[in-house]
Amino acid sequence: MKETRIIMGMPVTVEVVSDKVKQKDIDDVFSYFRYVDEKFSTYKEDSEISKINRGEVSEDSYSKDMVEILRLSEDTKRETDGYFDITAPDGMIDPSGIVKGWSIYNASKILQEKGFSDFYVDAGGDIQTGGKNSKGEKWSVGIRNPLKQEEIVKVVYVNGEGVATSGTYIRGRHIYNPKNRKDALDEIVSLTVVGPNIYEADRFATAAFAMGESGIGFIERLSGFEGYAINRNGIASMTSGFEKYTND
Amino acid sequence: MRRLIFSLSTILIFAFYVALNRQSSNAAGNKIAAALQTPTSTAITAPSDPAPSFPQSSPVQSLPPPKKSQGMYADGTYTGSPADAYYGTVQVAAVISGGKLSNIKFLQYPSDTGHSVYVSEVALPMLKQEAIQAQSANVDIVSGATETSGAFQQSLQSALSRAKS
Repeated sequence: MKETRIIMGMPVTVEVVSDKVKQKDIDDVFSYFRYVDEKFSTYKEDSEISKINRGEVSEDSYSKDMVEILRLSEDTKRETDGYFDITAPDGMIDPSGIVKGWSIYNASKILQEKGFSDFYVDAGGDIQTGGKNSKGEKWSVGIRNPLKQEEIVKVVYVNGEGVATSGTYIRGRHIYNPKNRKDALDEIVSLTVVGPNIYEADRFATAAFAMGESGIGFIERLSGFEGYAINRNGIASMTSGFEKYTND
Repeated sequence: MRRLIFSLSTILIFAFYVALNRQSSNAAGNKIAAALQTPTSTAITAPSDPAPSFPQSSPVQSLPPPKKSQGMYADGTYTGSPADAYYGTVQVAAVISGGKLSNIKFLQYPSDTGHSVYVSEVALPMLKQEAIQAQSANVDIVSGATETSGAFQQSLQSALSRAKS
């Protein structure tokens, strides 16, 4: 059973491969994403995060999930040399960069707790896989061409890993490295990370993307993670173990 | 004696070569380390860049969440109106089957491949590189960052409102 809904302003797709799956199982996953959106959306006035940003909630009354997200954000900031930071220049906090991967991973655990092992959860192109597809094969995940959206430029085969892509499609706004003006030519427009789960893959994809060209080197040094970075000229750089995922 | 001089000079040449190599790879390594440690080297930081963050950062937030999706849409393919992203136009089509959204197709997307020159001197020397190439689109899932763009949501929203039964 497979279904797509628009939640948090993006397509969320859940597919479960099982004779036993019921509509309610899928609905439960979507309900979870709605719960997360209600709590963490900085665009919702009455979300907990908005209340915190307006100073209406004291720290000791933060919800359990909020405490966890803030802790995970701090951990990630430390692990990425400060490249991952949920605090905006105006002092407001926006933990959405960590919430997305975290919620996809939790959604996949809901399916596991229901006894399903073959599934995927895809929220806006960030994916947690489990087990095999309906043909009994590994899940095939295509990496979208950041320069030509209808195209797939690489396929990775996974069963249980998370696959996250961070990217930008903004043209004309070139950020120059003041020390090397040629950097703009090699600007990275898409960085895909395959990791042990989507929470891990997503947070490191986000941070590594912010590092620009050296991001792929950051992924190279992380054990258990592989990456595929595409620059604006359509040249890809891959980590040394990436190709273990490109054969089914 | 001649043999000795020959082997000595071979060793010297080799040592010089090693030293040279080490110097250049050190320079590359230092550059990466410097880039990692000094976020000031570019203006990019994770939270301020709109693309990798949560999709709510998009300017279009008015997409109404389908309440009960079952039977909400009539089957068919619905083309959304083209939406302007300031770097080009985005247009999608929503495919509805069994009353549900089953696929999203890209009809228009800016395809600015930029300069075709390939400047390799700042690339990481130890990592394999390749020119990207279109593959078969016959995959289970697609990973990409597109869906978070405001123009995408705008076009999709209009496609879905046409699909409402």
